[in-house]
Parts: sequence; C-alpha cells; structure tokens
Amino acid sequence: MMEVVLTVTAVILSLAAAGAIVRIAIGPSLLDRVLASDVLLAIIGATLCIDMAVNRHLNNLMLLVALSIIGFIGSVTVARFVADRREHPNES
Amino acid sequence: MNPEPSAVDTVIDAVSAVFMVVGAVMSLGAAIGLLRFPDLMSRMHAATKPQVLGLFLLLASVGLQLRTWWVWPALFVAWIFQVLTVPVSAHMVGRAGYRTKHLHRELLTTDELEAVVQKAADKKTADGRAAGGQEPDERAAHDGPADDGASA
Repeated sequence: MMEVVLTVTAVILSLAAAGAIVRIAIGPSLLDRVLASDVLLAIIGATLCIDMAVNRHLNNLMLLVALSIIGFIGSVTVARFVADRREHPNES
Repeated sequence: MNPEPSAVDTVIDAVSAVFMVVGAVMSLGAAIGLLRFPDLMSRMHAATKPQVLGLFLLLASVGLQLRTWWVWPALFVAWIFQVLTVPVSAHMVGRAGYRTKHLHRELLTTDELEAVVQKAADKKTADGRAAGGQEPDERAAHDGPADDGASA
C-alpha cells in the first residue's frame, strides 16, 4: 500500500511544484513570486515528510524543524524592502 | 515494526496513507489557487493551506508510521514553529501588498484598514502643518515601509 501512496503523492506534489514554479516565473509582481516561493518551500517540506513516513526514518526531521523556524525570514525581508515600480497599478 | 502485521497496524497504515494523500492534495490546491486567483490577497489565502494543515497532516502521518512516542514532541515542535512563523511572513507580505496596492479593490467586500490609513494620514497632515516643515507626502515616502501608523 505504501508504494501506491508514494506514487500518488509524488505525482500530486510534482504537479503542485510545477504550478508554484509557473507562478514564480510569470507572477506579475515581486510579492506574488515571494508567495509562490513560500508555497514551494512548503511543498519541499511535504516531500521530506512523506519520505520519512514511507521509508520510516527520521533523517529529515532536523531539516524540517529548521525550515519551519527560519523559513519565514526570506519573505519577511523581501516584503520589508518591496517597492512599487509598476506602470499600471491594477495589473496584478 | 512487528514481524507479522496485525489489524491495528493495518488501520494505522490506512489512516496515515489517507493523511499523506490529503496533505499532498493541500499542496496541489495551493498551486491551483496560486495559478487561478486574481490578486495577491486571494493567492495568500490559498498559500496557507499546505503551510499549516498540510504540514500537520504529514507530520501526523510520520508519527503514525514510526510507532514510537518520542517522535511526537519533535514533530510538535516543528508544527508549532511553523504556526508561529507563518503569520509573521503573511502579515509582512500582506502589509507590503496593501501599501503597494497589489489588490483589486472591486473584489473586496470590506476594507477595514482604509479608515485607519486615512486617519493616520490626516493626523500626519495636521502634524506637518503644525510643524510647518516638510510636506506630509515627502515624510511618508521617507518613512517607507517601517511606518507603522499608516498600516497598522
């Protein structure tokens, strides 16, 4: 059963990561890209969790805790220094 | 971990499999929301799903699969720090998005921040006249995003 679950979640998370990367590529503003990169980080954390659950080890646990502690610093920094440089303010 | 799987093992495996699939679907939902929603605020709404509920479900599935009690505090620490730090970044991104007008005003049902911003701007204008110095707009630009009064 675990092999089926691993396959299904791998497909789902690959599609999700592809969607987040598309939003990073096309996202009209900097804040959209920051938000999409946050989602990509959450998806990577989800893959780490699923790897631990399916293969029954705890090698990624410290990485996961570190991600949840310091993962917000990047988006906070970018949001702190963002400026509005758009030609048409409502195009988002 | 037992040599022969019991009925309890089967049930726990099934529950953790459901948790894993649902947690992965949360990520997919966030990606679809990021692609389809019209502006930054609604995309932020979609982006919180895998960060909180998705991570919770997947950490619970890890705990169920490992069948040891001492991993639960570590998983709990991971989730608690996620819950503590995600609102900080969401607050900063949302504040910056409001200030730089990354929103469609016609999609809002109510804008409770507008009155606060207007009040702070009026106060700033009055202060500028009293001091007789700088133009209020110039001050606002100088203060930049650190200005808490206008964006509380």
